[in-house]
Amino acid sequence: MDLSILWYLVPSVLMFVCGVFGFVTRKNMVAVLISLELILNSADLNFIIFNRFLFPHQMEGMMFTLFSIAIAAAETAIAIAIIINIYRQIGNTDIREITKMRF
Amino acid sequence: MESVGNIVLYFIVAIVMVACSFMAVRTRKILRSATYLLFVLICTAVFYFQLGYQFLGAVQIAVYAGGIMVLFVFAILLTRRPDENSNDLTSHRRVWGTICSVTATVLLLLAIFKMPVINDLSLTQVLGNGEITMKQIGETMLGTERYQYMLPFEAVSVLLLACIIGGVVVARKR
Repeated sequence: MDLSILWYLVPSVLMFVCGVFGFVTRKNMVAVLISLELILNSADLNFIIFNRFLFPHQMEGMMFTLFSIAIAAAETAIAIAIIINIYRQIGNTDIREITKMRF
Repeated sequence: MESVGNIVLYFIVAIVMVACSFMAVRTRKILRSATYLLFVLICTAVFYFQLGYQFLGAVQIAVYAGGIMVLFVFAILLTRRPDENSNDLTSHRRVWGTICSVTATVLLLLAIFKMPVINDLSLTQVLGNGEITMKQIGETMLGTERYQYMLPFEAVSVLLLACIIGGVVVARKR
């Protein structure tokens, strides 16, 4: 039995789909952010898999993943700052209650 | 032919990863959701290690599992009243989410299994191309020639600075 590219793509797809499901159904903002992290993580894993199996002599996918991790960290920090600010203004983090972004 | 250890490791990590990502979006308590996300990130790091990207696995553990998870736990603890669950989901949203995710699963799996495979190498064959050394990574990241990434590197540092300032401005007390 060989571990080829398909074996690695399937868990990545399932992780992405779980992220989409959480993104649509969750109503706490932090939980939505967690689902977003799942989606991003699956994209990173895909970069790595395609890099390793299809172009093993290059390292473009790896560099893309490195930058993507850095950008995801920045994005999460800003999103959490915004969430904490919203919580301070409104008192909860339910996405159905946030109907205007005016402070 | 793959070694038995690699196959066993693959199955353990894949099953734990899929199960934990499912639990992360289904569990009622938000702090547990963050913990399951941590397990997913660590499993991804194990995949990176298994695919031969040791540096990237270390970055994944240090930045994601170390840094971002702390941010998440802080955010969760700061934005809820104690003993509060992330309570039930509205029904039409759950229907929409199920429709979206089932459709996406079917389409993506169809796309994957129908895709013309460029090469059908196994893991041992592609890993035979040699390790990526730290010297190579550093030269790729800080070089200015073709396939080298000095400019994105600097752009990311500016982005992080902007992110620090933005975070302070957004979250400070008025």
